[in-house]
Amino acid sequence: MSQIDSKPRVALFVTCLVDLFRPSVGFAAIKLMEDAGCVVEVPEAQVCCGQPAYNSGDRNDTAAIAKQVIEVFEDYDYVVAPSGSCGGMIKDHYPALFAAEPDWQRRAEDLSGRMHELTSFLVDVLKIQSVQTAPQDVKITYHDSCSGLRELGVKAQPRALLESVQGLELVEMQTPETCCGFGGTFCVKYGEISTDIVSRKTADINATGADLLLAGDMGCLLNMAGKLKREGSPVQVRHVAEVLAGMTDLPAIGESSLGESK
Amino acid sequence: MSMQITAQNFEANAAKALKDPNLRKAMQIIGGPMASRRVETARELPEFEALRDEGVKIKNHVLKHIDLYLEKFEQQLTARGGKLHWCRTPREARETILALCRSRNAKLVTKGKSMVTEEIGLNAFLEEHGITPVETDLGEYIIQLAHEPPSHIIGPALHKTREQVAELFEDHHPDYELPNMPGVKAGPRSTEPQVLVTEARQVLRDRYFQADVGITGANFLIAETGATVIVTNEGNGDLTQSLPKMHIAVSSIEKVIPNLEDLSTILRILARSATGQEMSCYTTLSCGPKRPEDKDGPEEFHVVLLDNGRSEMLGTALEPLLRCIRCGACMNNCPVYHSVGGHAYGWVYPGPIGAALDPHMIGLETARHLPNASTFCGKCEEVCPMRIPLPDVMRWWREQAHEKQITPPLQRWGIEAWAFAAKHPWLYRLGAGIAIGLLNMLGKDKGRLASLPLAGGWTDGRDFPAPQSASTFMSQYKSKQGAAR
Ligand code: SF4
Repeated sequence: MSQIDSKPRVALFVTCLVDLFRPSVGFAAIKLMEDAGCVVEVPEAQVCCGQPAYNSGDRNDTAAIAKQVIEVFEDYDYVVAPSGSCGGMIKDHYPALFAAEPDWQRRAEDLSGRMHELTSFLVDVLKIQSVQTAPQDVKITYHDSCSGLRELGVKAQPRALLESVQGLELVEMQTPETCCGFGGTFCVKYGEISTDIVSRKTADINATGADLLLAGDMGCLLNMAGKLKREGSPVQVRHVAEVLAGMTDLPAIGESSLGESK
Repeated sequence: MSMQITAQNFEANAAKALKDPNLRKAMQIIGGPMASRRVETARELPEFEALRDEGVKIKNHVLKHIDLYLEKFEQQLTARGGKLHWCRTPREARETILALCRSRNAKLVTKGKSMVTEEIGLNAFLEEHGITPVETDLGEYIIQLAHEPPSHIIGPALHKTREQVAELFEDHHPDYELPNMPGVKAGPRSTEPQVLVTEARQVLRDRYFQADVGITGANFLIAETGATVIVTNEGNGDLTQSLPKMHIAVSSIEKVIPNLEDLSTILRILARSATGQEMSCYTTLSCGPKRPEDKDGPEEFHVVLLDNGRSEMLGTALEPLLRCIRCGACMNNCPVYHSVGGHAYGWVYPGPIGAALDPHMIGLETARHLPNASTFCGKCEEVCPMRIPLPDVMRWWREQAHEKQITPPLQRWGIEAWAFAAKHPWLYRLGAGIAIGLLNMLGKDKGRLASLPLAGGWTDGRDFPAPQSASTFMSQYKSKQGAAR
């Protein structure tokens, strides 16, 4: 069917935060996958992966939302999210939701096998070694988001792709794998603790001397950008897909098109 | 009464902790050496991961047949002249220990480190009954002087700075004389760890000989031989258990393992996970009371074995927690523990293992914050030598709280309203459209908001980045598709 012209048919799982806060990441993801030879579609009926309900202990609603996601996405060759956290939810946690519903469990497992985080999809599935992007002279540092790292093994993939962009210099933090303190609803429910955790992160980021902080998850990015901006740090913050796709003309996260008023 | 519970005040405890400069200084060790040493020693041992798997297997096997192994342990212990005391509740355990102490007319007992005695609130109970317990583990001794509970399961005084320890010693050892300088009072203390350790050793030395009973914990119980095992770095446990006439080892049922081979497997991952040592300095096996041909050792050897709800965990979502070997790696690597320290959790077991275990032991209503106050970063599970799925257990508790309506109504309604929208895409899109329009308008000039109603938790300490544009990705994508057609 879809593979007649041998181009994989990929559905983009946009994620709530990209949909709301950073549409450019969605367009960057589409560009990266199209450049890599995919046919990308964005199913209109998609909403959320259900993670907020899942982590709040609302299992019934989570299962209902998961069924919706499965129905919308199960006919594609692959499903790709520009997020390790939503990707991990669908890939790692969906099957466990349906222990008592074998039919749904089978469908969840089937979707799980075709679900990927964006950079891991490009590198591990499509075997892409490099991206075609104009040189960018900038010193970057990279934060490993928890779910992507620990549930999906995303670590080397974004770095490999970034290395292929001319001019980028990666300076690692002391603890790139340490949580930024976002944690979904945690960041509001336990705001003071969350703020304390992210302040250790921003200290680590600032110490690298990088101009630009990248990561693969909007939640962490909003959190770290919010803290950096509050501290008056000059470090800019972007989703890794924006840089890989060369789509950095829009203002960085938490900055305005009117320029930075200091 | 067991240890005072303040878990219900987790938020206030945490807020206080975040403002405590001494605590913040002391907690720096968590982000630094505590985590990095584990990584290094684990890396040096190529079979580390395989040993973890083996450890998990051993513990899972024991938990399946725990009745058999405990019976075997009792048989062997009895055969060697020891005595086992089964205690269902903390109260039974306290009464048993008190009766044993009284049978020896004990006035003074020395104590090695034991979390189970914290769990049953033993020290306060003994004091109430005219018996003076003296902690001999340096960290436990420090917090005993300070009248505080432990803040870490292997480093009870981890929350104290060196300066605070020096002050405590000055206050509590007014007559302490410098070593090799008889008649010279020590005066203001040096904050050098070695000097402080020497002082504690000197002060404690006499106590070992004066004690009528020695109480220790037990990291493991060996079913095959009836031995109890303690693992320490100071050697205090050995003096505590071998000098007095009576040794009481206080432990809990899940500590039993089949044999010495299993012990050696688990010891190889325990110290590496805990302190980043290859092995702890002292591993001591107690195999019963003194025999006629022995030169020293206690005349009586008792093992007090506590259940306190553990057997109820078997066969439930909580069973994996019984694999815990109390190494502390999960807290050493936890960002939340790093920020607030152990006391904020408000009961004996802090950090991720506490967040997963305490609701069972002190009640979900009391401990409801603990499994919620986690970012689910997954680091605890990554480092846990016993591969305990701590985040899954915490999520399970959140599900219980949701079901039993323990979650505060506002939070529950919030998530249910959100879920309702998520199940009705048109409604979700409508809501998203309105929210994004508003946020974009408010934050347009700067690209961020300095404050946001209902989100003070976020904006008190951080800016809130505004949406990139006034419309969602989905609507932008749709109009692009329309234009292309
Ligand atoms: S839960 Fe795991 S890491 Fe935490 S103390 Fe127990 S064994 Fe150690």
